[in-house]
Amino acid sequence: MPAAPTPGSRLRLTALLAPPLLWLTLAYLGSLGILLLSAFWATDSFTSDVVHTWNTDNFHELLTTPVYRTIALRTLSIAVAVTVIDALLALPMAFCMARVAGRRWRRPLLVAVLTPLWAGYLVKAYAWRVMLGEDGVVGAALAPFGLHGPGYGTTAVIIVLAYLWLPYMILPVYAALERLPERMLEASADLGAGAWRTLRSVVLPAVRPAVFAGSVFTFSLSLGDYLTVQIVGGKTQLLGNVIASQVTLDLPMAAALSAVPVVLIVCYLAAVRRAGALDSL
Amino acid sequence: MRKRKTSAWRSAAAVCALLLTAAGCGSGADDDKGGHAPDKLGKGEGKVNIIAWAGYAEDGSNDPKVDWVHPFEKKTGCQVNTKTAGTSDEMVSLMKTGQYDTVSASGDATLRLIASGDAAPVNTKLVPNYKDIFPALKNQPFNSKDGRMYGIPHGRGANLLMYRTDKVKPAPDSWRAVFDDSARYGGHVTAYDSPIYIADAALYLMRAKPSLGIKNPYALDQKQLDAAVSLLKKQHKAVGEYWSDYQKEITAFKGGDSVIGTTWQVIANLTKAEKAPVKAVLPKEGATGWSDTWMVSAKAEHPNCAYKWLDWIVSPKVNAQVAEYFGEAPSNRKACAETSDPNHCAIFHADDEKYFQRVHFWTTPIKECLDGRKDASCTDYAQWTRAWTEVKG
Repeated sequence: MPAAPTPGSRLRLTALLAPPLLWLTLAYLGSLGILLLSAFWATDSFTSDVVHTWNTDNFHELLTTPVYRTIALRTLSIAVAVTVIDALLALPMAFCMARVAGRRWRRPLLVAVLTPLWAGYLVKAYAWRVMLGEDGVVGAALAPFGLHGPGYGTTAVIIVLAYLWLPYMILPVYAALERLPERMLEASADLGAGAWRTLRSVVLPAVRPAVFAGSVFTFSLSLGDYLTVQIVGGKTQLLGNVIASQVTLDLPMAAALSAVPVVLIVCYLAAVRRAGALDSL
Repeated sequence: MRKRKTSAWRSAAAVCALLLTAAGCGSGADDDKGGHAPDKLGKGEGKVNIIAWAGYAEDGSNDPKVDWVHPFEKKTGCQVNTKTAGTSDEMVSLMKTGQYDTVSASGDATLRLIASGDAAPVNTKLVPNYKDIFPALKNQPFNSKDGRMYGIPHGRGANLLMYRTDKVKPAPDSWRAVFDDSARYGGHVTAYDSPIYIADAALYLMRAKPSLGIKNPYALDQKQLDAAVSLLKKQHKAVGEYWSDYQKEITAFKGGDSVIGTTWQVIANLTKAEKAPVKAVLPKEGATGWSDTWMVSAKAEHPNCAYKWLDWIVSPKVNAQVAEYFGEAPSNRKACAETSDPNHCAIFHADDEKYFQRVHFWTTPIKECLDGRKDASCTDYAQWTRAWTEVKG
């Protein structure tokens, strides 16, 4: 049982918590608030200047124009696809790193997974643009099998985003697997479970919160991304692109549009929380 | 290193400015809209921040032989920071930040900048080379207001049709190739990524569907806009990607991801320089195009250097260099004697008003029909913007 806080320690705690709380409320929530506020303003259609007249036209248009729904759904599906692919790739990779590879190999493998994070985002995305291009290596590698590369488009966006965010998924899963006590696996074997059964009943439940934690990264990063789409997306339009192009022309509409990913993320976090993935935080 | 730091600070400042504007306070008093033209010039401020189309402010980094920025810096002591913009919309929004002194605005941006008070009127007496500008470019509806010039005309040209000579046969001479026949190059057609591209479809419809009665591609009533949009949606199926970044278009044509689409002469030249087999033509329907004007920001921090740049960029020799590099008609009459190809002005029809009647210069579409129709209401740029989002789907 912790001792009752003395006035001195309470002061210290306040001093300690003040900067991050100030940061959260002023810099983050404050700017979000201003952004959402401007969604209720209008734009002069000629000069693109913001006109400060209060109205809900932007949200009305957002909800009634089919094209915005299509774009929002497309963005959501891409984010989900990227998350699923990353989870499917990360589980065996993290398992090999944490459980199969010898202790000596863990650190080099971890470094290998982390190194790509230090390379520039744009460098990696443009490298994929070259590889996926008409005369790129992907097409050349598939040609002998009579297949065609995906070219630029939605598939290319999913591939590149899954590649970019993969380390964010591997890391938490690896950490969870490494912490998994050896005894539990042994107990499972002693009780007569095969490898498959152990994976399903022991390993997966243990890493589930880690997968959800990783998915928050892959999901939210994919939802907000607009550069990858510009580079390898061909003519694909995602929420991020529409927001970026509207910011120059119609700031209030862009603000209304950016409420969509915010709402989606909040819903996602709530769902993840209900699944119990944030309990360990 | 220092430069990077400054730009980080600058973007931080931009974010703050954006938040402040967003926060509103309703202090936007209109009485001082647009600022004033100076009566005389002072000493240079040591630097000038400009927004330019690709190819307008070359400092030798694309091609060591093409450099008119360093000589300017040496002569005036004004250090040039160039921001290249891909679309007029980008230029308009960059000008709103107030961090730039001058911009090479096209006709679809100029009036918006004047109306919003972001561009100041220009005292043409302080730009000695202004007297040699072709009269046809002065006091035009897209660069002046109430008889006052809002900039110095730079040059004009057309949006051309570029194609890969090895993949597009026979050679196209009509915009039909990227509209009604676009399926032939399915997945490899490219188009300019801006709402103003709707005018290209309207221009094609002027000839292809006379029953629509389009007289001016920037004056479309709802029915005409719908027709253009449905044509663009049809084209969308064949489009591989849209471009606004000129580098992106160069690599796309070089690699064969794009084989046909709109371009500027400068992009065609750069793509050819990279050994890609491309050709650019002015199709028989004519084309959309641009007439550019160097404008000064109403909030210019370095107005003296900005005026020095204005005078420099339209001076005969430099104007000739830019016009040849970009592939456009120069605005300065005397530039025609300075081009390395003596026929440049003839080829690009520098003083040929008949020719430029075939080129429909970018103009911002507004509610009042620009073609003079009184019985119809036209679609404005906001509607075009929404339509463009819909075209891309």
